[in-house]
Amino acid sequence: MGSRASTLLREEEIEEIKKETGFSHSQITRLYSRFTSLDKGENGTLSREDFQRIPELAINPLGDRIINAFFPEGEDQVNFRGFMRTLAHFRPIEDNEKNKDPIASEPLNSRSNKLLFAFRLYDLDRDDKISRDELLQVLRMMVGVNISDEQLGSIADRTIQEADQNGDNSISFNEFIKVGNVYILYIDIDIDI
Amino acid sequence: PLRRYASPGIALARSAEEPSATTEDGGESHRHGGGFQMVQWEWSYVQTPYIIAIWILVASVAKILFHFSQRFTTVVPESCMLILLGLVLGGIVLLTSKKQLYQLEPGLFFLFLLPTIVGDAGYFMPARLFFDNLGAILLYAVVGTLWNAFCTGFCLYGVKLLGVIDQKVQAGLMEFLLFGALISAVDPVAVLAVFEEVHVNETLFIIVFGESLLNDAVTVVLYKVYMSFVEVGPENVQTADYFKGVASFLIVSIGGTMVGLIFAALLAFITRFTKKVRIIEPLLVFLMVYLAYLTAELFSLSAILSMTFCGIGCNKYVEANISQKSRTTVKYTMKTLASIAETIIFIFLGISAVDKSKWAWDTGLISCTLIFIFVFRALGVVMQTWVLNWFRLVPLDKIDQVVMSYGGLRGAVAFALVVLLDAERVPAKDYFVATTIIVVFFTVMFQGLTIKPLVNWLKVPRATNRKPTINEEIHERAFDHCLTAVEDIAGLNGYHHWRDKWEQFDKNYLSKLLLRKSVYRKSELWEVYQKINIRDAISVIDQGGNVLTSARLSLPSMASRASFPEVTNVTNYLRENGSGVCLDLQVIDNVPGAKVEEESETHHFLAGNLYKPRRRYQSHYSRHFMTVGDHERQDREIFQRNMKSRMETFKTTRHKRHSHKKDRSQKKAGIPKRNDWISCGGASGVEDEKGEHLEPEKEEDVGITFVARKVPDTPKERPKSGVSEPSMAPPSPTCSERNLPWKGGIGTLPVCVSMEATKIIPIDLQQAWNQSISSLESLASPPGPVEPLHPASAPLQAGRAEEGALSDQEQELQPLMSSSVRPPGPPPPPPLAQGLGRRRNPCVYLRSLVTAPPPGSEPLARSRGPTQL
Repeated sequence: MGSRASTLLREEEIEEIKKETGFSHSQITRLYSRFTSLDKGENGTLSREDFQRIPELAINPLGDRIINAFFPEGEDQVNFRGFMRTLAHFRPIEDNEKNKDPIASEPLNSRSNKLLFAFRLYDLDRDDKISRDELLQVLRMMVGVNISDEQLGSIADRTIQEADQNGDNSISFNEFIKVGNVYILYIDIDIDI
Repeated sequence: PLRRYASPGIALARSAEEPSATTEDGGESHRHGGGFQMVQWEWSYVQTPYIIAIWILVASVAKILFHFSQRFTTVVPESCMLILLGLVLGGIVLLTSKKQLYQLEPGLFFLFLLPTIVGDAGYFMPARLFFDNLGAILLYAVVGTLWNAFCTGFCLYGVKLLGVIDQKVQAGLMEFLLFGALISAVDPVAVLAVFEEVHVNETLFIIVFGESLLNDAVTVVLYKVYMSFVEVGPENVQTADYFKGVASFLIVSIGGTMVGLIFAALLAFITRFTKKVRIIEPLLVFLMVYLAYLTAELFSLSAILSMTFCGIGCNKYVEANISQKSRTTVKYTMKTLASIAETIIFIFLGISAVDKSKWAWDTGLISCTLIFIFVFRALGVVMQTWVLNWFRLVPLDKIDQVVMSYGGLRGAVAFALVVLLDAERVPAKDYFVATTIIVVFFTVMFQGLTIKPLVNWLKVPRATNRKPTINEEIHERAFDHCLTAVEDIAGLNGYHHWRDKWEQFDKNYLSKLLLRKSVYRKSELWEVYQKINIRDAISVIDQGGNVLTSARLSLPSMASRASFPEVTNVTNYLRENGSGVCLDLQVIDNVPGAKVEEESETHHFLAGNLYKPRRRYQSHYSRHFMTVGDHERQDREIFQRNMKSRMETFKTTRHKRHSHKKDRSQKKAGIPKRNDWISCGGASGVEDEKGEHLEPEKEEDVGITFVARKVPDTPKERPKSGVSEPSMAPPSPTCSERNLPWKGGIGTLPVCVSMEATKIIPIDLQQAWNQSISSLESLASPPGPVEPLHPASAPLQAGRAEEGALSDQEQELQPLMSSSVRPPGPPPPPPLAQGLGRRRNPCVYLRSLVTAPPPGSEPLARSRGPTQL
């Protein structure tokens, strides 16, 4: 299966993806085979339904949010390039990348891009602010039924209260970075793909 | 041979056996002395506990003395000083009694001193960090320790053959391997003592410390295996014995872990049922954790492993099950015991060294051992890290490796093990003991002293002393979900995948079994939220409460009631003042139904922790911050007395919860936007409510007094300075106020507690209050039309129907209590006029307040005069 998948992927395409995402050749072919196995329609793109078919994702409270993160705004199909671009956020930062020329365009797995990805999970309307309602939605997804709306509301308020620095009752990306323990987040958002 | 030395442990046994004999002797001699002795010298009777107590006292005093000089303690680690003190004390004992009476007794150490330290370490082990780094910890603990042990043992044997070590040291390969095994293990006590003062980053600390705990199994097994090899003689060792050794390692480590986990489950399960006997909770924790240790010892499994895993395993469930008080008790008792045990260990290490029998000095052996353990530690760390970094997402860099090599401290475990050696079987025991002492002293003192400068010089990332925030909690969870999802999408069964699986299992089965029902039903996130709030509440109070009082700060407890401006306001205030605390106490009374009992417990906890310090603070505060007139002081005293009597009344009253529900929801609706609130400068009506619900918050009221005085001068400034509720409004005297003296008294008092603050009063008290008030009021005043008298209340009534639809102003100004159970008696005209004017313009209101004090509160208003003007 793996070898068949890699043959479908043209060599120059792999090179481009490698350049864009920083994944290694073997990682790309491995993920491509995963991609094709998810692609039930066999049309080279994944739809939301394809993602939703992953059983573990169905029990993941934030599953839908993460699926959404794979789709560019307004589209309901994602091709392999887009798929890889999203996954690239989770590639660990490697030593040699840290010393890279800072002027060069930031790699997808840079720290701020990782955090931005996380931020977007909350920020549904993409106004670069997590409003109280947006936070509440995420909280509601993550907690069980044992917590009342009121309790959740006060948690949300408290969260915003902690993070909000300019008094606009929402969390901007900058506030988002500052408030969490960035060091921990930065470690935790790496996945070895 | 070790019995040669008299010791507390032995003395204990002896005195326990023969107390009757000694007292008889004493009695006889007294009889000879003639008649009844008024004062008797009963030394032999109390000797053992007395000596122990004296030692603990010495240790404590030593600890206190070391911490006198801040500058000194930042340079010299405590452990160093304690060892030095031990050397001095040992010298004194040796000089006075010609032989060393005390030494670190292995029995005492392994059965009492070590478990207290390990128990503390295990119970408060940051579980997430530990398991995130478990791979690295296990590698260092198992492979690293084996490597150290073998290399040190073989190389020492090598240099012995080369003649570097004197021939006096009668030891063969097995003896050296045995010595290597006991000297190679990194010691948890020493690591804790040194690293706690260094504050390296959490990852580095957990790796070194975790290693020092988990290598116990390796050390125990190696020690036992070599002991048996030494006993039977190296030539009789069969190949099967090596395999037995490996099997024994597996049994000791896995068995120890299992024992620990079983006890953890047992403990968690027991604490499910301690609801009625809260007082026993801390004891249970100590008992079970200690039993885990002893049971492992009983089966000669790894006791440290057992205790560590018992602590890690039970922590989550036990902490959730037991009450807050028990939590605090457990924490402090554990810390106290561990700290004193550590102190005693180091002092006794020092004392043990001052003993002629231990001065079997061999320069070759000592210097070679020192070099080998250091070199092999460094080599081992570098090689293992190299392997490890293939797998680690965040590689350990060179600086980390230096600190890890340098942090390989040896300590009391090695010493206790070497003392336990049998001198007949291991002829070189005295040399080994001396070498071990030197090695321990060198690592603890020299490395302990230099590791801090080294860490500074290398710029090792330090631990950030950061309090957990709700943001982190939420984001961490979100990220976990996110990473799990991505792993699932990418088709990986990685770490996050398995952790998610574990969490599912924990949630579905373990927690259900081990957590109290009421706790299980609560959301974990909510628990964290409550914990953080309580912590903040305490820290506010610890700051002297002046954050609340002097700043007229109200508790932003109404956060959940959709009042954003208010929250911001408080936050801004806190930010301005750099106090860094957010206080949301509303959390406590907000939990719906069913869990009232658990809730009230939290309330009690809060009441205990919140109000008392502030009450104490008040007198202090008033003396220092306010120029108080006699009148004012008197007012306050009266106020306090009133409050007290009211509390009494409440306690005796019983209430139904339901009757209050409506009132409460109405209150919720009545929570206004803070800004509006500020701009209208406080509402007179609210006072009634505030007064009612605020019994324990007397201090805040005082703070208000302060405000009230300021306000008239600079009314415009208030909103800016983040005043949340300067309600110094005079009461609109209702019938009830006139008729109920205590009520009038309250009304006139400069109450300035936020409505939100009232939320922290236990629900039952609020209910009690409202009920008693309403009953009293209905007696005092005949029912009548409300609306015409109080225009503001009409919209409120409507607003109650559809919550939140009210205009904020009206809600603010509305005397909440009266809106629900207001006595419809005719209010005097002046208050009404005031009420209206007040709404429009704070200044107008204030003026009217000053010029025309409300009739109902005249006597008190007079006394208040100075404050307001």
